[in-house]
Amino acid sequence: MTAQKLSLAKGLNAGLRKAMEHDPKVVLMGEDVGKLGGVFRITEGLQKDFGEDRVIDTPLAESGIVGTAIGLALRGYRPVVEIQFDGFIYPAFDQIISQVSKMHARSLGHLRLPLVIRVPFGGGIGAVEHHSESNEAYFAHTAGLRVVTCADPADAYWMIQQAVASDDPVLFYEPKRRYHERAEVELDEDAGAPLPLNSARVARAGDDLTVLTYGPMVKTCLDAAGAAQGEGKSLEVIDLRSLSPLDTETIFTSVRKTGRCVVVHEAPTFLAMGAELAAQVQRECFYSLEAPVLRVGGYNIPYPPSRFEEDFLPDLDRILDSVDQALAF
Amino acid sequence: MPDDAMEPAPQAPAPVRHHETVVTGPMEHDITDGGPDMVQFVDGDGNRLPTSPANEAYAKIVEDLTPEDGRSMYRDLVLVRRIDAEGHALQRQGELGLWPSLLGQEAAQVGAGRAMRRQDYAFPGYREHGVAWCRDVPPENLLGMFRGVNHGGWDSNANNFHLYTIVIGNQMLHATGYAMGIQRDGDVGTGDPDRDAAVMAFTGDGGTAQGDFNEALVFAGVANAPLVFFVQNNQWAISEPNYKQFRIPPYQRARGFGFPGVRVDGNDVLAVYAVTKAALDAARAGQGPTLIEAFTYRMGAHTTSDDPTKYRIAAEVDIWREKDPITRMRGFLASKGYADEAFFDAVDKEADELAARIRKACQEMPNPPKPAMFDNVYVDPHPVVEREKAEFIAYQASFEGGK
Repeated sequence: MTAQKLSLAKGLNAGLRKAMEHDPKVVLMGEDVGKLGGVFRITEGLQKDFGEDRVIDTPLAESGIVGTAIGLALRGYRPVVEIQFDGFIYPAFDQIISQVSKMHARSLGHLRLPLVIRVPFGGGIGAVEHHSESNEAYFAHTAGLRVVTCADPADAYWMIQQAVASDDPVLFYEPKRRYHERAEVELDEDAGAPLPLNSARVARAGDDLTVLTYGPMVKTCLDAAGAAQGEGKSLEVIDLRSLSPLDTETIFTSVRKTGRCVVVHEAPTFLAMGAELAAQVQRECFYSLEAPVLRVGGYNIPYPPSRFEEDFLPDLDRILDSVDQALAF
Repeated sequence: MPDDAMEPAPQAPAPVRHHETVVTGPMEHDITDGGPDMVQFVDGDGNRLPTSPANEAYAKIVEDLTPEDGRSMYRDLVLVRRIDAEGHALQRQGELGLWPSLLGQEAAQVGAGRAMRRQDYAFPGYREHGVAWCRDVPPENLLGMFRGVNHGGWDSNANNFHLYTIVIGNQMLHATGYAMGIQRDGDVGTGDPDRDAAVMAFTGDGGTAQGDFNEALVFAGVANAPLVFFVQNNQWAISEPNYKQFRIPPYQRARGFGFPGVRVDGNDVLAVYAVTKAALDAARAGQGPTLIEAFTYRMGAHTTSDDPTKYRIAAEVDIWREKDPITRMRGFLASKGYADEAFFDAVDKEADELAARIRKACQEMPNPPKPAMFDNVYVDPHPVVEREKAEFIAYQASFEGGK
């Protein structure tokens, strides 16, 4: 019996532990990741078991963390960097865009940066400013980076290991409001190979409309699909998992089947993942579409104070409202 | 009542102001004088200077150098200047899009580069052609990015010389992380001269303002990393002189980060070599980082796109011309009888041949095939890049006779 009931946070912790056991070159770095185990306890117990050289409590400087991780990677290490909160990644933006994403290309393939940058993202936890952002589109826009996000404990456990094993740099987005969601996780690879890191997953099959979503909104969309079922509407929910590259085959197959598509994410909609998805879907599924692709996301304002966030974030009602609009075409 | 009771009450001393605090007023600043802390062994005329409090800690290293070492350093200085002159000329002839000249900084780079061991690693900015030369990087490798056929492209691990970094200061953190990797590999403080390794991080006076530079000093200090920060203070960050960049010189800043800082005469190759060797030896032995400020001067423009006559006076350049690193080393070798005219002539001839080789290599450097721009974006295949590459090839082929 290798299945265990784990929270998403524990899934990440177990996955990191396995990656560290598997490869002595894997090192974790970040603010408070050692003794404290990270502010979300994702790295809890790892410094105790692997030592301070492999679980590094860094000074409080994000550019410094990512920049030194680059140097460690150039020396042959596989650093896994924790950015404490989404809104704190911007001091490292320069290193990620100017250096991490380009190193392999500008060295004509001589150098690799097998680097994972973990980012707890999204809102819904009543946090103060800069702690609830969804900035994945900045990085998905940048060639040379891979951007993935897990939505449940099983994916947390497997995807973090796959990200560490990737020879390309990976931005690994973790839905922080789902850290404590629990589910059975099969820990043994022999029990069935996990989906590849680049693959989307049909989280719920349906016939009438495709919902494309990822990260924290997967659960919300599944709830919406459950509610829609009661009204006789069959929604197919696709968890994208990988934002760059996109698993377009899974996406297009679904939309060609249902003829309708709604994209849901927490990020403000302007120039966000939904814009790219809508553009690709209308081009590739044009003759199958019965309605325009609609987007549900955060409003195009700075992330609001937490008393407003329930109205800012897409919820079941807003999703179903767009579903109804798409179905009414 | 005693007389002294009539003395006015003593006033509190006025706060010491080292410079004007008004926004527009430059502070007193002599950019031609490195001050008493500066380590120096040879003066502008090539005379060996006596032992002083500043240089005595390094005197043994200089004394251990042989005449052959001196000649070899001189040769490097001349060849490096010639590589640079050729790069400049190739830009003027339209063969390169840009060239950042190191003119005037030859001794700083050769002294630093020659102090390194094979297993040490250098993280340059984009002006470190002299360090590249000392790492045995073929000068031709440096041309591609300035010709626009690649963004660097050489194998950094072939000579332990990282790609040039254009975003000022980024590389200081890469160097720090690399040094942290050396620590984790156990390649510090073993006493094995072929194993213990250190890293050198190069930037200029302009780079010292960057957050990444300061973060690197924090990280390196905390980690006690085997690292030498090498700041070539060439007095100008494009058009901005030192006094617009900092209020204390870079070498004094190191103390605040918890490790030593040294100012060295950047035009004195023996002094630079000695100071760098001492710092690298300490780093390899596990004694942590050092910040070296090589006090030098950018004789040319920032790059071929720059016009320094707009912001600096010729008299300043003239003063620094008197401190020329090559003239100085030549004078030293000649006065000591370590080298004769035949040697100097032979080096000049070698420089001519090297220049011709570089020129030819540059002129013959082909443009890579167009689809190559899609290569190496990712290690593992990426569907967007693969698809666009295929579309690009088909599109190009759709033109009659190809495009």
